Amino acid sequence: MTIATTTSPVYPLTKEDRRFVGLHLVIAFSALVIGSLFGPLQALEHAGLDLYPSLERFGIQSYYQGLTLHGVLNALIWTTFFITGFLTLVVIRGLQRPLALPWLNRLGFWMMVVGLVAAAIPILLNKATVLYTFYPPMEANTWFYVGLTLVVVGSWIEGWGFYVTYWRWRKEHGTTRTPFIVLAALITMVLWQIATLGVAAEILGLLLPWSIGLADGVDPLLSRTFFWFTGHPLVYFWLLPAYVSWYGMLPKQVDGKLFSNSLARLAFWLFLILSTPLGFHHQFVDPGIPSGWKYIHSILTFSVFFPSLLTFFTVIASLEYGARKRGGTGRLAWIKALPWKNPSVTAQLLAGILFVFGGIGGLANASYNVNLVLHNTAWVPGHFHLTVGSAVTLSFVGIAFWLVPHLTRKPLWSPKTALVGVWTYFVGMLIFSNAMHTVGLLGAPRRTTLGLAPYVPPEWTGHLWRVGFGGTLMWIGLMTAVVVVAVTAFRSTRLPEGEYVDVPVAESIDDEQQVPVWLDRWMPWLVGAAVLIILAYGPQLIDKIGGMAPTSPPFTP
Amino acid sequence: MTTEELHVDPAERNWIVASIMLLVVFGVAVAIAGFMLGIQVPTEEQRVDPRTVAQEAPWSNPGVRELVPGEEYEVYILASRFSFVPNTFEVPVGARVTFYVTSTDVQHGFKLQDTNVNFMALPGQVSKLTTTFEEPGTYSYICTEYCGLGHAVMAGSVTVTEPGGNA
Ligand code: HEM
Ligand SMILES: [Cu+2]
Repeated sequence: MTIATTTSPVYPLTKEDRRFVGLHLVIAFSALVIGSLFGPLQALEHAGLDLYPSLERFGIQSYYQGLTLHGVLNALIWTTFFITGFLTLVVIRGLQRPLALPWLNRLGFWMMVVGLVAAAIPILLNKATVLYTFYPPMEANTWFYVGLTLVVVGSWIEGWGFYVTYWRWRKEHGTTRTPFIVLAALITMVLWQIATLGVAAEILGLLLPWSIGLADGVDPLLSRTFFWFTGHPLVYFWLLPAYVSWYGMLPKQVDGKLFSNSLARLAFWLFLILSTPLGFHHQFVDPGIPSGWKYIHSILTFSVFFPSLLTFFTVIASLEYGARKRGGTGRLAWIKALPWKNPSVTAQLLAGILFVFGGIGGLANASYNVNLVLHNTAWVPGHFHLTVGSAVTLSFVGIAFWLVPHLTRKPLWSPKTALVGVWTYFVGMLIFSNAMHTVGLLGAPRRTTLGLAPYVPPEWTGHLWRVGFGGTLMWIGLMTAVVVVAVTAFRSTRLPEGEYVDVPVAESIDDEQQVPVWLDRWMPWLVGAAVLIILAYGPQLIDKIGGMAPTSPPFTP
Repeated sequence: MTTEELHVDPAERNWIVASIMLLVVFGVAVAIAGFMLGIQVPTEEQRVDPRTVAQEAPWSNPGVRELVPGEEYEVYILASRFSFVPNTFEVPVGARVTFYVTSTDVQHGFKLQDTNVNFMALPGQVSKLTTTFEEPGTYSYICTEYCGLGHAVMAGSVTVTEPGGNA
């Protein structure tokens, strides 16, 4: 067996807690399966094979209805449910105590479920074919907005449950340093709660009143500004839980240690303060925002690469440390000594490799003059399938390979199949994302049924075929991995009595208790985050809210 | 026991320094491109009322304005589901052409292929960018933001003509 078991887990979760975390995963993976169904259909449409007519009898009326499901279920639901579930486990296991107010976390969870249902019904009825960015004045059914709000507020409530639990722990533990994974989990939730203030303002302040007829019009630019206040840090909300694993768990899985506990913390704090005040880099090509502000946000965007570069170093150093302990040698040959047979490790290593490509492309997106060429081209989905679609999704799948055995006390079904799945996804992703980047550079727009577009030149065709081929491979790979997770969850074979798959929590080379206190204090960082946001957004928000022109009436998609 | 200091491994310190330098270089490169090479992004231009913009000058008569023959042109383009007005026009090669685009309904995109003109066309706002066509030929402009079922067919083209002749 490639997922190690133990007879003495450090802190076994109660049955209720395991079920509670498990419920998150059931919804997360269901969303991923349904959402991903449209991935290859989109890719094949680009390659000239339009399968959408045969979907009509299942109630899917158009490519764009499918794309709405793809974006909402994959980018919003799969991520949010997996993350809240995983971080619940991290908080309980990291602090080695149960949730302080279990009812609060359960309230949050069920609110998210109700929200999901409320948003999903109009999408399935083709009453909310507005894509996952729901830019007004294209208008969705009111329940779509209500549902999204409930999902967000539910996730906030789960976060509040973490804070109370942490608070209780803190009161009993004086100046003991917060365990790294817990600090990282809490920072992730705080980042999310700061970030989602934007979309909360958009939905509650602009879209809901407009959707129920209290306001005649909406201001599309203000709405976009609020949306992208959330939209960029959103990607860090997706990414940081993967980093929790890369820093705090993966080293243990490769018999290594976290290279630097202090710098790992520093990276998370930097993400907290830097990831929000740079949303205008998604609006470089919007009219109505002064180019000076775009430039400032562009520079700030480069700064948020810094903690990612820190992460790159620390994670590689931690892996190398483990690989050398496993007998690895050489400048790079140590890589071979990593436990590549362990699908949980391999999934996360492949996620990391794809993320390096994603990071390089991200630097291009961030440069505002380069962005001018790439904006809204196929380059952009090419880019974020490497980030949220790979670094995040493949890491979460890798985590699930030990998390599901941990929760169910069942051994992972067929690690070999799991390996085949993640490698296939990896190869498919290389082909797909390379083709999407290339055809985007050649000018192909995103969010477009290219099969119907009159302007597609012959040079795009070969690349679009590669999009179709790579996309199909990705889907086969991902579904193979998901089948492994599902069979593991629902099989009847259990681990032998007294054996457990424990949560892999890595020790660090430097002593956690010697970490500087300023890396364990909230106030300075929270104040820093607030100040940067006020500086980077304040003047423009005052200007845009003051000069709001709610002149756009609603249009149905 | 001192716990205020951050201990950093020497290799990691080098990496940190290199990272910061790399990012500074990128920042400076963007600054040079933006301020010295004059690469422009859309900025604050003008607000309009999307409900009435098509009835008021200059948008009531969209299309090309010749400012200096052969040299300076302006083009006003209205984006509405699922077409641009005008969806075709001509300018001479080498001319500086300034595009003004706005939407009368939902959000659209405007990307002029093989040039630096690529921006959002939002209801209520005017997007403006200038480009010079160096080569004669036909350039498509396409809608790059999902605007509804017909989004994929929303496109037009510029014909760039040789002086005194055709493309
Ligand atoms: C299973 C394999 C997958 C394939 C073949 C695939 C394919 C695609 C394609 C071709 C597009 C572009 C559609 C367009 O612009 O018209 C797209 C968009 C997108 N994909 Fe995927 N995808 C897959 C999995 C995922 C995963 C796992 C995620 C995230 C967790 C994801 C998130 C997104 C998002 C957010 C969009 C943008 C939607 C929009 O523009 O509104 N995809 N996908
Ligand atoms: Cu359009």
